[in-house]
Order: sequence, then structure tokens, then C-alpha cells
Amino acid sequence: MNQEKIINVKNLTKTFGSFTAVKSISFDVNQGEIFGFLGANGAGKTTAMKMLIGISKPTSGEAVVAGFDVKTQSEMVKKSIGYMSQKFSMYDDLTIKENITFFGGIYGLSRIQIKEKTAELIYELGLEEVADKLVSALPLGWKQKLSFSVALLHEPKIVFLDEPTGGVDPITRRQFWEMIYAEAHKGTTIFVTTHYMDEAEYCDRVSIMVEGSIEALDSPKNLKKQYNVTSMNDVFLKLARNVE
Amino acid sequence: MSIIVQNISKSYNDIKAVENISFEVKEGELFGLIGPDGAGKTTIFRILTTLLLSNEGSATVADFDVVKDYKSIRNSVGYMPGKFSLYQDLTVEENLTFFATIFGTTIEENYDLIKDIYIQIEPFKKRRAGALSGGMKQKLALCCALIHKPKVLFLDEPTTGVDPVSRKEFWEMLKQLQKKGITILVSTPYMDEAAMCDRIALIQKGKILKIDSPENVTKKYDKIIYDIRAKDTYQLIQDLKHYPSQYSVFAFGEYLHYIDKKQNFNSTELLTYLQNKNHTEIEIHISNPTIEDVFMDL
Repeated sequence: MNQEKIINVKNLTKTFGSFTAVKSISFDVNQGEIFGFLGANGAGKTTAMKMLIGISKPTSGEAVVAGFDVKTQSEMVKKSIGYMSQKFSMYDDLTIKENITFFGGIYGLSRIQIKEKTAELIYELGLEEVADKLVSALPLGWKQKLSFSVALLHEPKIVFLDEPTGGVDPITRRQFWEMIYAEAHKGTTIFVTTHYMDEAEYCDRVSIMVEGSIEALDSPKNLKKQYNVTSMNDVFLKLARNVE
Repeated sequence: MSIIVQNISKSYNDIKAVENISFEVKEGELFGLIGPDGAGKTTIFRILTTLLLSNEGSATVADFDVVKDYKSIRNSVGYMPGKFSLYQDLTVEENLTFFATIFGTTIEENYDLIKDIYIQIEPFKKRRAGALSGGMKQKLALCCALIHKPKVLFLDEPTTGVDPVSRKEFWEMLKQLQKKGITILVSTPYMDEAAMCDRIALIQKGKILKIDSPENVTKKYDKIIYDIRAKDTYQLIQDLKHYPSQYSVFAFGEYLHYIDKKQNFNSTELLTYLQNKNHTEIEIHISNPTIEDVFMDL
């Protein structure tokens, strides 16, 4: 394959005292790919992701994200990526406009850029009428859509989504995935975690972490073939069963 | 009837959280409230567990009125709120003892009921609850909600954010509890879990849209759903949305679910349309509706 690798992970390890949360994982993510990062609760997903976005130092091993070493160039990594999670999305007590302006500033956009981006984003999401309302007034699904757009404000090459659709209603969940598809189509790499196994099917490739190691990594189609089952849910159950 | 809810409404300032909701849960039934975040599920739980007063309507739980007999209700129900509500700095064992004591009982007295669940976390009984994994926290919370042998068990989104393996185990536990005669009202945003309930209420924006058994909900669905896939999913969604007689297009796992407006829909015509749009590896076939399909069309 001659595709550009946007993430390159080699023997990445993180230990907390005597506990090894991430055990020497290695994988690549291609430019423009939708990469699903799955695993049971406590499997080490969050720890691994924190290292990739430059907020946790690896104990050993290497990771290069968007061309920058997460150990020595973590500030550059942070500038080159977008990040959103279910837990931290927006400031509830700021308006939609204020949130966009705030994050635009954080990402280092100029005043003019922020103004343009704000108008563009509000129009694209159809939020004209509520732009000056507090974010807390938005339904969760809309918050998540807005939060995703904000994570893309500085046009990062890669965006990390940590359980972006948890608790979101079924229609909005699909609209959210259509936004993901559209963004991937533009060439942005998507790195996403989810507990919805139907969403695992939407990914180009999926990795499954079990007790700190990557136990499987392939396209959903190949994984189903390999484990001789008909859904990603069954693949997951086969791999992660009986592990606490 | 174990739970009777009649015309309950509740508003917070000018936001209507639930509007004129009525349903009944039979004794020993496993009843599911299925709906997304913000549907009003938690408000219903809080009213039924006497933690919140409704603006209108009435409700009884285990034959007690939620307003007049609130003290009796608190003794006869178990409640596991959506947010982890145990004492993080007490150990597993201490939490359980604490809840047993509050309800004037002991762990030993009702050990039978929690045994199957408790033995899974017993190896960690000296560990602080805050240091448990998500799956174990959930099991401990369930034990604490059961320790006084409640007649009715309320579980508010017990599986949200929990991985598929732990979710499956959790539902197996609920099935076991049901066999012991406990009525269970459980809420979830995961539509696939609806199939595990005896009956479900589909709820959205504070209103109940449908109450029936999961089998009937899908059986009574009157539209034909087609599974469609092709190599380029993103482009396929766009093109299907522009097909003149399309009714809806949604991603559903490895396929898209497509519904057409026309009675005499011809899948060959659609196939030709997609081929003309340069799609490859096209598959079209009839699919069985799921609860999620029905929910999305309500």
C-alpha cells in the first residue's frame, strides 16, 4: 500500500505502577480512513487515545501522529488534531456563537477566520435561529453535531472522536455518521470509539482491544469472515467475552 | 398491577419533560422505556421513586400512591439511577452493608437474591467502589438496589456507556431476577436491548409513542425495508437520497435501510439507477424491520 500513514504506532506501552494499561500495541492508520477503535470498558482504549492526542506520555514505544512524535512534539500533535468526546463537548453557559469563537481562538484562528467559520458553520448546521442561545438549550444530538464541527474548525488532518454518539437518538446518530462520512470523503482521517456495534460496521477498519492489547485489526468484512460470524457484535462478543 | 401511571405531566420552568404519560406494568414483568437522551425517562423514574412530584396525574407503585404513601414505596422499591450513586470511598463490602443497614436488613438475610451477581465482584470486596471498572460498578450498584428484596426494581439506563459484552451479561442477570418474581422497569437508549423486554414503551420528547411487546412492534410495521449496500457507502447514501421515490435512507450496520414511497416499488429499476451512477458490488434485498426502524419512523 502506498497510502500515507497519518498515525504510526510502534510498541506503545503505558504502565501505572505495576499495572500495564496498554501493552505494546502497534498499528497504522491511513490518511482519509475511518478507523474504529473498539474494546470493552477498561480494555485500555482511553489510555491509548490519551497518548495519541499528546496529553499522556507513553512509558515506552513510539507514536507519530500527523507527522509529529507524541513524546517530544506533543504541542504540535495537539495543534494538528481535532478532538471531541461525549463528556466534554461545549461550554453550556456560553452561546453557540460564543463557543465557536472561543474554540476558534484556542485553535489559533484569526478574527477574520473565526468570523467566516462561525457564519459558515451556523449556516451548514441550520442553527441560525438559535445561534445566540446557550448551548445548554440544545438537544444532545445537536450539541454533538456542533461539537464535531468545532473540532474541525482548524481543519485538522485527523479528528479523534471518543464515543461521540452515546445516548443520542437513532436518527441524529445516523446524521452524525453522515457528517463523519462527508468529512472522511474530504480526506480527513477519523479515529473513533463507540459501543454501538452497528457503527463499527461503518468504519473502513476496526481494531479491538482486549486487556491492553490489540487482539484484532481488519476491515469489518474480514473480521466477520475470520471469526465466522455475521455481525460485528458477534466478533466483539467472541473476542472480549469473559474478560473483566 | 405493579406500576400504574395515569396522565403524568412534569415541566421544569417552561420545558415539558414529560407530557400526559400513561402506562401499566404487570407484576413480574420486565418493562422497558426505550428512548434517547432527553426523552423524559429519568423524570418518570424520579416521579415513580418519589424523588420528584409531578405537576399533573397520578401513579401507584406496588399499590402505593407515589405522593401519599411515599415512605412505603421507598421501602418496597430498588432504584439504580443512571449516574453511579454509590459511595466511591467506601469499599464494595462497606457499600453493600451500608445499604442493607439503611433498609433495616443484613447482607445475609437476602443473600440468595444477590448471590449470583455478588460472587462476581466478591474477589474485589475490599476495593474502594471508585476504583472498580465500569462493569463491576454496575454489578455492585445492582446488588445495593436489591439488598432489601424490593418488589419493584427501577433501573435508569443501567447499560449506557457499557460495552456490548457487559451489556449482554447485565441483561442475563435481569432475566434471572425476573424469574424470582421482581417487577422490573428499565430504561435504555440501545434499541437492540428492547428485544429483551416483555413489553416496551417507545418514548421521545416526553411522549410515549407506542406500547407493545417487542415482537408486535416490529410485526405490525407496515412498510417494506430493503437492505442495500455497494462499495462506496457515502456516495450510496447521497444517491439513494436523490432517488425520486425514496421515503427514507439510513445506515444500519453493514447495510443501508431503504424504504420506498411507491406500493409497486421495483428493485430492478433502483439497481439500474445505481449502476448508472457507477456503483459497484451492489446488493439489494428485503430486510426484517428492527425496533430501531420502527422508532425512527414514528
